[in-house]
Amino acid sequence: MSSQDLVTIKPENRPTDLLQEVENLKFQGYRFVQICCTRVPEGFELTYSFDKNYELKNLRFTLADGEGITSITSLYLPAFVCENEIHDLFGVPINHIAKGVDFGGKFFRLAEKTPWHDLPKGGAH
Amino acid sequence: MGKHTVVPFGPQHPVLPEPIHLDLELDDEKVVRAIPSIGYIHRGLEKLVEKREFKEYVFIAERICGICAFGHGWGYCKSVEGLMNIEIPLRAKYLRTIWHELSRIHSHLLWLGLMADGMGFESLFMHSWRLREKVLDIFEKTTGGRVIFSACKIGGVRRDIEDSELHGIAEILRGMRDEVREITDIFFKEPTSVSRLKDVGILSKEAAVATCAVGPMVRASGIPLDYRVADTSGVYRELNFTPVTTDTCDCYGRCWVRVQEIFASLDMICQAIEKIPAGDIAVPVKGNPNGEYFARLEQPRGEAFYYVKGNNTTHLTRFRVRTPTNMNLPAMVEALKGCDYADVPMIVLTIDPCISCTER
Repeated sequence: MSSQDLVTIKPENRPTDLLQEVENLKFQGYRFVQICCTRVPEGFELTYSFDKNYELKNLRFTLADGEGITSITSLYLPAFVCENEIHDLFGVPINHIAKGVDFGGKFFRLAEKTPWHDLPKGGAH
Repeated sequence: MGKHTVVPFGPQHPVLPEPIHLDLELDDEKVVRAIPSIGYIHRGLEKLVEKREFKEYVFIAERICGICAFGHGWGYCKSVEGLMNIEIPLRAKYLRTIWHELSRIHSHLLWLGLMADGMGFESLFMHSWRLREKVLDIFEKTTGGRVIFSACKIGGVRRDIEDSELHGIAEILRGMRDEVREITDIFFKEPTSVSRLKDVGILSKEAAVATCAVGPMVRASGIPLDYRVADTSGVYRELNFTPVTTDTCDCYGRCWVRVQEIFASLDMICQAIEKIPAGDIAVPVKGNPNGEYFARLEQPRGEAFYYVKGNNTTHLTRFRVRTPTNMNLPAMVEALKGCDYADVPMIVLTIDPCISCTER
């Protein structure tokens, strides 16, 4: 498998597919690497990366603005850092983050609330 | 059941070079739970990619961290080069590897000094940083900069190093071996430092896997996870290199791994200097990035992840970095469970936290 491989989850199958896919990966011995959120015109594109034997597997789906997603901290607790970051910077609701590591919007101390929520205006856009 | 208290640790604390806050739940003097909290210095550097052209942004990427600056520049260039299908010259790969391994030595010596300072061992702190100066002098001599030196660019490197100068560097590094051994022997044999490190901050192999730790943190728990063995963007496969591991799973083991990695890097640089071929140091970059690319690099603190996305303009639409400390925070919390309150600073220091990196 190439490190650039993507598995896209269809909108109608979220969030059950996400948790199922992540659980499968955990069962196969994959290590959690990161979650990347990108603001796109359709909403927020989320990419979950996992590693096994130095090969990445990426899960991808897009959320509409205001749509939430279930946390994967029940399977991979270290995901709380990325999930809190995405919540604080992009304003994406992440539901059921594990107890004790859900910072409720206070993970980053920001001058402006969810500063990366809106589509960028200048530069490349 | 002892007295239950919650003690705030940080964000300002004598052992913390950067701000992180921990709520330590104590049962008498034992830590029952630690809740980390960051976010004091978030800079939004990822967002700046929308305001700077992709060739310029390498200067910003380097500023993610003041210690592994070269590595972040390389990680960014690697991901853009992957996106644009750019194959850099072999000499540039060698030079990148040499500067990156020098950065690892500089990072580990800096950390060794901070660790010694944290346990009140002032002279060891000063000697560690004295040796680090030699590496910074090499950076200055070869690039003009000491910490952030902008040697990396998309398509290769900005500067070459003359072969005679490379052999001079190898001489300096061979001379450093004995000096490093002298100070690290004190670190590992002196009863005062051993008592602060042995059997303290245990992170079992299972816990290291569960917390997805990276770098020396995971390698000190017996797992040989080191992205350099799979990395083809440098010349690690041309060099005789195996990841340093130990299975003591404690603060002592994490220190031992970092110190052995200094020796491994010294060896690797000398090997690279012997093998470096003549040739170009960069290729021209034509067009704009279009599409997306994932890349990884083994930084001194562990594996870093990079993601870039472009839309065929001069600006990338997204740049994402997941730094090693980001992944080591959960492991640190695990290692703190059950420790004595007095050992908290040592355990926090052994993950070599870089909060600037983490908050970007």
